Amino acid sequence: MIRILDLHKSFGPKTVLAGVNLDIRKGETMVIIGQSGSGKSVLLKLLIGIMAPDRGEIRVDGTAVTSLRREDRLRVARRFGMLFQAAALFDSMTVGQNVAFGLERYTDLGPAEVAERVADSLAKVGLRGIERLMPHELSGGMKKRVGLARAIAYRPEIILYDEPSTGIDPIRADAINEMIILLKREMNVTSVVITHDMVSATKVADRLAMLYEGRIIALGTPDEIRRSPDPVVQQFIHGRAEGPITNW
Amino acid sequence: MERTGRASLLAGFLRQMGEVSILFAETFRNLFRKPWEKKNFLQQLEEIGARTLPVVSLTAAFGGLVFGLQTYVGFHRYIGHGSEAYGGPIISLGLTKELIPILVGLMVAGRVGSSMAAEIGTMRISEQVDALFTLGADPNRYLVVPRTAAAFLMLPCLTLFGDIIGILCGAFYNVTLMGVNGTVYIRNTLLYLQFWDVVSGLIKAAAFGILIAVIGCWQGLKAEGGAEGVGRATTRTVVIASISILIVNFFMSKFLPG
Repeated sequence: MIRILDLHKSFGPKTVLAGVNLDIRKGETMVIIGQSGSGKSVLLKLLIGIMAPDRGEIRVDGTAVTSLRREDRLRVARRFGMLFQAAALFDSMTVGQNVAFGLERYTDLGPAEVAERVADSLAKVGLRGIERLMPHELSGGMKKRVGLARAIAYRPEIILYDEPSTGIDPIRADAINEMIILLKREMNVTSVVITHDMVSATKVADRLAMLYEGRIIALGTPDEIRRSPDPVVQQFIHGRAEGPITNW
Repeated sequence: MERTGRASLLAGFLRQMGEVSILFAETFRNLFRKPWEKKNFLQQLEEIGARTLPVVSLTAAFGGLVFGLQTYVGFHRYIGHGSEAYGGPIISLGLTKELIPILVGLMVAGRVGSSMAAEIGTMRISEQVDALFTLGADPNRYLVVPRTAAAFLMLPCLTLFGDIIGILCGAFYNVTLMGVNGTVYIRNTLLYLQFWDVVSGLIKAAAFGILIAVIGCWQGLKAEGGAEGVGRATTRTVVIASISILIVNFFMSKFLPG
């Protein structure tokens, strides 16, 4: 479904991605793990088209989306939903307006249908009747769930999750993990999750990929990754300070 | 070493000019593309127009008063008693062509330009600008076009309003406070103030509106580094927009006919 070919991205002298190659299959949950600052978020932003790569290509169902004009890229973005790390809710809008935002742009639904879909999306993430609240009235976990409701409201085929369990307590983090699994099952979406939380990663992943020094250095099922002989992978998944990774 | 420093300074300046030019070109192109973000546009009209009116009124009033005061002193001192009534056209000309457009531009740069940079900068840092893209809204069309179009329309309106207040306050100082002959003052003002004098000031104001909005949005969209970055973007907007207004004003005064 998504094919990433030799993707490069630098910011000034700092190289973030140095030739990423990865295939993501339709309907699977691919979790990309890696240290903070290893370029995971950049990879997600390249996938959805917020940023353009310096070199390389991203293909969605065979179409090279990286070479599309911005207008066409916006149309491709319709197929994606994205949950941002800090939810990125529009703070000048109510919860209801936030969730309706994509629906109003991507669909031809009338106001009543939009309101119904908003309520339905909020119910899917376990929040009911909070349409009139403002984002500043929500807790961190609620913000994430509203962000998720906004991402799924227009029924995208691919959902990108940027650190879904970061910044919330373990119980709420697990609730988000359950939701990722449930949405995959109910909506049959392809999911790309980036995280450095190994508990979350092994719980939701069909396959895991580890990003290190701008490249994918390991790819496989959670079991395969756990058994990887690579000392870098072992150091990361066991969260040890000692080992080949020294730039922390 | 010094040459390298100068070269990198020049390169930085040219890069920034390039960034603003690209943003302006993109905004201009998007201005004629549908769909229009009508709600945002109306909000910006209110923000730039109605909410800036009090500060523009106050500035124009005291601008008119002080200009009236100095013109009175000038005529009284150098030409003599009774000549002060000839100050009317000078006050009106100075206010409509130069002082009011500049004062309005500087006030809007301080009040609205800085708030554009702060709002968009905060949105960028909290990834709301990225979220717009993922939800099908081009950030340029959603954020920059409505602000630029509203500033382009509202700055001339504010300036025209400021012109009226400034001229009335100049007249108030001379006629009411200093006892200048009101009939002669008003007749001279109407006789020598030309329609084009007012229009050229409004054209300048429209150009200042574009400058302020594009600079404010540009600084907001490139803000980085948390609250400190937003603060820097806000300050830079006021400084760059104010200097640009003064420079552009000189060249427009020089090259606009009349």
